Amino acid sequence: MRKLLITASVLALGLAIMPASAETIRWARNSDALTLDPHSQNQGTTHTFSHHIYETLVDRDVEGNLIPRLATEWSVKEDDPTVWVFKVREGVKFHDGAELTAEDVVFSLDRARSDKSNLKQLHSAVASVTAVDDFTVEVKMTGPSPLYPNNLTNTFIMDKGWTETNNAVEVQQAGSTDDNYAVRNTNGTGPYILVSRDPDVRSVLKINENHWAESKPAITEIIYLPIADNATRIAALLSGEVDLVQDVPVQDVERLAGTAGIRVETGPENRIIYFGYRLGEEPLKSSNVTDKNPLADSKVREAMHLAIDRNAIKQVVMRGQAVPTGVATPPFVNGWTPELDAYPEKADAAKAKELLAEAGYPDGFTITLDTPNNRYVNDEAISQAIVGMLGQIGIKVTLASRPVAQHSPLIQNAETDFYLLGWGVPTFDSAYIFNDLVHTKEGQYGAYNPSGYSNPELDKKIQSLATEIDVEKRNATIAEIWKTVQEDRVLLPIHNQVLAYAMKDKFTLAVHPENQPRIYEVTIND
Amino acid sequence: MLAFILRRLAQSIIVMAVVALIAFMLFRYVGDPVASLLGQDSRLEDFEELRERLGLNDPFYVQFGRFIGNALQGEFGISYRLQQPVSELIISRLPATIELAFASATIALVFGLTLGVFTALKPRSFASGVIMTLSLVGVSLPTFLIGIGLIYVFAVELQWLPSFGRGEVVDIGGWRTGLLTETGLRSLILPAITLSLFQLTLIMRLVRAEMLEVLRQDYIRFARARGLSKRAINFGHALKNTMVPVITITGLQLGSVIAFSIVTETVFQWPGVGSLFINSVQVVDVPVMAAYLMFIAFVFVVINLIVDILYFAVDPRLRVGAGRR
Repeated sequence: MRKLLITASVLALGLAIMPASAETIRWARNSDALTLDPHSQNQGTTHTFSHHIYETLVDRDVEGNLIPRLATEWSVKEDDPTVWVFKVREGVKFHDGAELTAEDVVFSLDRARSDKSNLKQLHSAVASVTAVDDFTVEVKMTGPSPLYPNNLTNTFIMDKGWTETNNAVEVQQAGSTDDNYAVRNTNGTGPYILVSRDPDVRSVLKINENHWAESKPAITEIIYLPIADNATRIAALLSGEVDLVQDVPVQDVERLAGTAGIRVETGPENRIIYFGYRLGEEPLKSSNVTDKNPLADSKVREAMHLAIDRNAIKQVVMRGQAVPTGVATPPFVNGWTPELDAYPEKADAAKAKELLAEAGYPDGFTITLDTPNNRYVNDEAISQAIVGMLGQIGIKVTLASRPVAQHSPLIQNAETDFYLLGWGVPTFDSAYIFNDLVHTKEGQYGAYNPSGYSNPELDKKIQSLATEIDVEKRNATIAEIWKTVQEDRVLLPIHNQVLAYAMKDKFTLAVHPENQPRIYEVTIND
Repeated sequence: MLAFILRRLAQSIIVMAVVALIAFMLFRYVGDPVASLLGQDSRLEDFEELRERLGLNDPFYVQFGRFIGNALQGEFGISYRLQQPVSELIISRLPATIELAFASATIALVFGLTLGVFTALKPRSFASGVIMTLSLVGVSLPTFLIGIGLIYVFAVELQWLPSFGRGEVVDIGGWRTGLLTETGLRSLILPAITLSLFQLTLIMRLVRAEMLEVLRQDYIRFARARGLSKRAINFGHALKNTMVPVITITGLQLGSVIAFSIVTETVFQWPGVGSLFINSVQVVDVPVMAAYLMFIAFVFVVINLIVDILYFAVDPRLRVGAGRR
């Protein structure tokens, strides 16, 4: 019996090492991709998984630069500033052997901007998409849209024929009762092919030998394992059952870095953590000052800014895993400058108290702070620290902590006086921040601006960013807007979140600013 | 007997309807499912449109009525999160939970009974003292800590057993079992022990207390006086008479093992209905939560019914009572 087993395992080994160097990585993170339909969810975990099977026209490298993928070049049409021209890569094959043509790109962009797609907001400025020839696509916008390619980094290209054959042209929506083929089956152009999938348990991908890229990935097989519990996920890495853990809790970073055989990579995420507050004239709902709004006075907001010790939050709450900042934009984003980023090294409680007294609140006031407790790294602990820091200058803060499913509606419905929120910037441009966080809440704008801040002059500038094609002029406007936002203290930024990946030390994988690591970029150290 | 079962069934339906009602009232406080379905790029009108489409704007009683109407037809809707039919999801996750529950119930029953009888028959021995002290640990430590502790010792330090998952599974007619593969069995050990520990100590203490009580009864003394063998007295008379409460508790505990395996399943990333439920709560996946709670209510109702029927088998007095009626 034993002999038989040995023979069998030798055979199996022989089969397994047939490709010159077969290398499997077991990749654990806290949750599974929600769906395999690439246009159904606009959510990071799902996109990260899809990036291995499907591909986008353009992509983002670990420095945050836009790089070609299925599009080899892209430019604004010479005689029409409202048209973007994309050259589609030639010689690309889908997993089922079909060739990628402009027709597939047109089909995919149309599917992604269709009514039922969750990506449609990224394509809201698109008027029409047409194939000029087999490998050229023109996207006609409703107006000049200098940043449109930035929106394409998570819009995946599907095969038209395959999707139509399998009746999956319509994107499945939440709450619909029909089952969609594309939710559980894939046919992409990406470097890996789906072998099996058991949602929430395990997905296996194998290398796509016919992929167009010249350099082949070092990893030939990916086993993707969602492990929800933090302690179990780290234990699985320590016991050698997984090779890569993507979501490492901050309290484990130091310990893992000191463990033999394990490498920890850290790097800033493209996500800012900030506090917002209601600063209109209307009195606060949760304050003992009922006749007016203390926060409407910019001196009070300045006092809060001065009372916060960002370095202490970094050291104590985040165990060093944060990049404190004085501006509500990550450094990756167009418009960020070191001057904006500057923040008080230490809290200045005396000065802050003085400002409060000048504003007419020598004894401070009370307010309720709404915080999520399961969305961002240590979100609740950050808020607890703020309660203490503001308490020192007499602002008595009551903490209301909720899961994100209950926290988000407070912000969308403007039912909060003071709140913590994180903001990722997928377009890597300040306009994305201004549109939702600074612009007056109306129509398409200000969806996450419950503050009541409304500056018509500023709003006009923000709107102009969408269509301004002169880059220098546009950047000057961005700088002006940031200046006003900082002077008015519209937002109270704390820090940029830092990501940590832990892996067996034979692998190397850099942190991706959008937390979308690509396993095909993993290198193996001998 | 038949009348009794029918009466019980009628009561069960009421119980399930009440569970559904309470569950639905609670869902309104869990959060807004739309918030987790749509990303930060979505606009207010998208939220409104989705809410409308999911029927979340309807009054509570309309939503509840719709749920009951569909449930009666066996239709529990599509999961918001995984976009698959809920009944399919629960059925596919059920084997994992049931295997875990039965494995841990078996451990609890076998060891609980053995140790309980032992400590009752030899109450003053040193071994009994040790067992009783250790059992206190089993009752008082939270499941979560036991699980993490076992993972640390047996997976991380000794590397004998896997720390998460279910290992390889074999599909037998739609029932995916982990009992037939080596990795499957090895994966089962730690979660099953974790889940059984509380029940084990509970059963043990119950058996011991009941047994000590029974051993003091007159009929045991008379049996001794008649010169019956120790074995016949202890197992034929004493143990049998302690079984009624033990069956009740074990039965109900089996229900709660299935229902509250949530913590164990989360710690060990066990792909059962418990971890499905937790994942669904986090994103307010109402269809899954509703179906799961209904399912758990159903499990309890069925187990209660079986326990009642078992009484008849074990306790002749109940049979006589039913006969007279």
